[in-house]
Amino acid sequence: MFKHFLEFFPTTKQKNNTFILEIDYKKIDAFMCNLYGFEILLDISAVDYESDGLKIVYIFRHTNLINTLVLSSFLPHKRVNSIESKFKMASWLEREVFDQYGIIFLGHSNLKRVLNHHQFVGHPLLKSYNITDGQICTKSDSLEDEINKEVKKTSFSKDELMFLNLGPSHPASHGTIRTLVALDGEDIVAAVSEIGYLHRGFEKSCENHTYSAIIPYTDRLNYCSSMMNNIAYVKTIEEMLDIKITPRAMKIRVMLMELSRIMDHLVCLAALLVDMGALTNYWYLYNPREAIYDFLSKLTGSRLTVSFMRVGGMSNDLHETWLEDLQEALKQVQEGTETTLSLIKDNKIFSDRTIDIGVVSKDDALNMGLSGVNLRACGVAHDIRKDSPYYGYDELDFDIVVGEHGDVYDRVMARFMEIDESIKIINQVKENLPDGDVNIINHKVVLPPKQNVYNTIEGVMNHFKLTFDGIQVPKGEYYSSIEAVNGELGFYVVSDGSGTPYKLKVKAPSFTNMSAYPKMIIGHQIADAVLTLGSLNIIAGEMDR
Amino acid sequence: MDAYLIETVIKIVVILLLFSALAGFGTYFERKVLAFMQRRLGPMNVGPYGVLQIAADGIKLFTKEDLIPQGVVPAIFKIAPVITVATAFMAAAAIPFMPEFTAFGYTVKPIIADINVGILYVIGVMGVGLYGPLLGGMASANKFALISTARAAAVFISYEVVTGLSLLAPLMMVGSLSLIDINNFQAGGFTHWMIWSQPIAFVLFLIAAFAETGRTPFHLIANDHELIDGFGTEYSGMRWGLFFIGEYANMFFISWVIALVFLGGFGDGSVLGALALFLKVSFFFFFFLWTRAAWPDVRPDQLMMLCWKILMPIAVVNIVITGIVMMF
Repeated sequence: MFKHFLEFFPTTKQKNNTFILEIDYKKIDAFMCNLYGFEILLDISAVDYESDGLKIVYIFRHTNLINTLVLSSFLPHKRVNSIESKFKMASWLEREVFDQYGIIFLGHSNLKRVLNHHQFVGHPLLKSYNITDGQICTKSDSLEDEINKEVKKTSFSKDELMFLNLGPSHPASHGTIRTLVALDGEDIVAAVSEIGYLHRGFEKSCENHTYSAIIPYTDRLNYCSSMMNNIAYVKTIEEMLDIKITPRAMKIRVMLMELSRIMDHLVCLAALLVDMGALTNYWYLYNPREAIYDFLSKLTGSRLTVSFMRVGGMSNDLHETWLEDLQEALKQVQEGTETTLSLIKDNKIFSDRTIDIGVVSKDDALNMGLSGVNLRACGVAHDIRKDSPYYGYDELDFDIVVGEHGDVYDRVMARFMEIDESIKIINQVKENLPDGDVNIINHKVVLPPKQNVYNTIEGVMNHFKLTFDGIQVPKGEYYSSIEAVNGELGFYVVSDGSGTPYKLKVKAPSFTNMSAYPKMIIGHQIADAVLTLGSLNIIAGEMDR
Repeated sequence: MDAYLIETVIKIVVILLLFSALAGFGTYFERKVLAFMQRRLGPMNVGPYGVLQIAADGIKLFTKEDLIPQGVVPAIFKIAPVITVATAFMAAAAIPFMPEFTAFGYTVKPIIADINVGILYVIGVMGVGLYGPLLGGMASANKFALISTARAAAVFISYEVVTGLSLLAPLMMVGSLSLIDINNFQAGGFTHWMIWSQPIAFVLFLIAAFAETGRTPFHLIANDHELIDGFGTEYSGMRWGLFFIGEYANMFFISWVIALVFLGGFGDGSVLGALALFLKVSFFFFFFLWTRAAWPDVRPDQLMMLCWKILMPIAVVNIVITGIVMMF
């Protein structure tokens, strides 16, 4: 299948399903015209090699939905042509690279900062920018330049419209997301979003911590399902190290991932229904979530930010009463979703409010950057669990939920059905959980048991080396992803062979989902915009990083 | 004359105090009813079963700083909540809350003014209550309040038409606008209730009552998920509290009107009849809360479509049919 491609680019390296290719900067434009089947853009980033210059990185998915291509190229002049016209989602991704690295994208319609504050000076992800150099920025961005550009595209003049800030602190913004809308009556004729209110320099922090010390940071990405981020991260590092984790660890991970999926969907649905005024459902869905939290706090010691996974396994094995706790939690989830569905499924008000609202067509969905359940609701059957299975997902019996119209209704119902599928998966896994250890035995990766540390010289040594130097990941670059709750959560890691990543980039589904949002609400009303945002389940921690 | 004046003043004071307190209790009931429907306990910490929560809320509202933000039109901003509350209580003047009774040899009519345009007056004055949100929102210098005001005006025109037209058919049958006459028309027990002869008017009026009081599913004017608190966004302390009391008083009064017009009111005027009236009113109050627990909100344009394209034509047809039946 890739014979032609590999002949054309003989320098391509392959690891698992990921191709890694470096090309000359003069060939980028030609590559973008052809794409060789890698037609789905996932992410754009850059790496700063100091004296060697800046390297731009594009991550693509093949149309077979299995293979990934990491395309990189050194940019001697720090500029490259924008691919915004080809991929709508590239607009924000390129802004981010400009923001963090100062690479100029020629022909970009609105090249301004996206995550950092507009008064910020410098480009924080350059190696020359010191991590402790804080800046105090005080003035908020009026966004006038952006909204005026959008209004010009409409048949309205500026004086006929009312401009309204939905957020950053608005009851329906679920975190701190700002959307400036131009209103004709209650109809939205133009909208622009401003994000970055929760930007905390995750990627810069990662470049200054050992591989293990990054795990707690990943919790704060999508804090509604922190386990998922843990797993996505350690899975990438494990694949870079060529480690195969134990069968038991694998299955426990699957179970915890699906539990996280349920938890996150419950949050999304509960919040969305409250936004609609259907208050009661909030408790019907949040009470079971509480049961899952109880399970997690027994297992990991914390409710929200679990930091449970380790490279090579996990912090500890399941606790004694896990099975009963899990069964109780699942029972409550089932009850909760059933009651909620009975309240809304045949409710005329609910259908009238959600059907044909915030529609994204099947053709636009990938191009606009939708991912995961939002993408599947539009009718694109792309689920990494099925397309390139990991952790034995191919042996499990479950369906992926695909919608038809890509409206709020489809996204809501897809989430309800995914909860059912996740329960199905957990039930299969918990029946046949293999015995054995949860951690591999490799003291270059996993901390030795405490008795060894206290009693043997090797143990102390391993402990010290791992804690101070970190896990030594072989030199190279790699991209790996899992099907997280809101879409494909991927990590692109560049290692220089030391215990600290040279570069780490998160492909955050919420970021690309959010970049599609302003276009989705045009022509709808304020009330619909609120529901559309709720149905996309934007998690600001993951979006702003 | 003096006796009449004193009696009326006493009645006004009693009703004012009673319903201000009831509005407070209304919030308590609402919290408890919603809590039980949502599988939780509601207020539990202040007093036994949280009954003193009302007192805590009251103290909070009364002692909070009365903020008048920059940029508002102060005179209008200050008067708007008063309009809401005043009109809500003015509407109560023509409502017979109980049948006549004799205490210490003195016959008390529990109505402040049995005017011959009773129901028209009640609906009219309640309609004036809209000026509260309207003026408050426009004086607030807040865009969310402004949108809320625009919604209020648009929604008001829509449901008021239905309210009026749906009442017209029962009134044609009674031939009087006095609420006491309407009540007496239905005397004679269960089967004489207006709801049996005018079921469509009852449903229409009930739907319009939800819009009138701004309750879910028509909780649009101050929809917190979209408009923060709409016209109330810039209000604080007791000024905001007045809006709240007005809303709850309105809920009680409209429940009274529904019970009087459609469900036989206090019937023949016996003690049992009075009790039955209280039960009916309580049921409708509960019904408002029940709906809130069960249903989502509609969108403003959907409410307008419902009122103009569905409810109003039905109301007109209902009037015509009533007329034809009465003619023959």
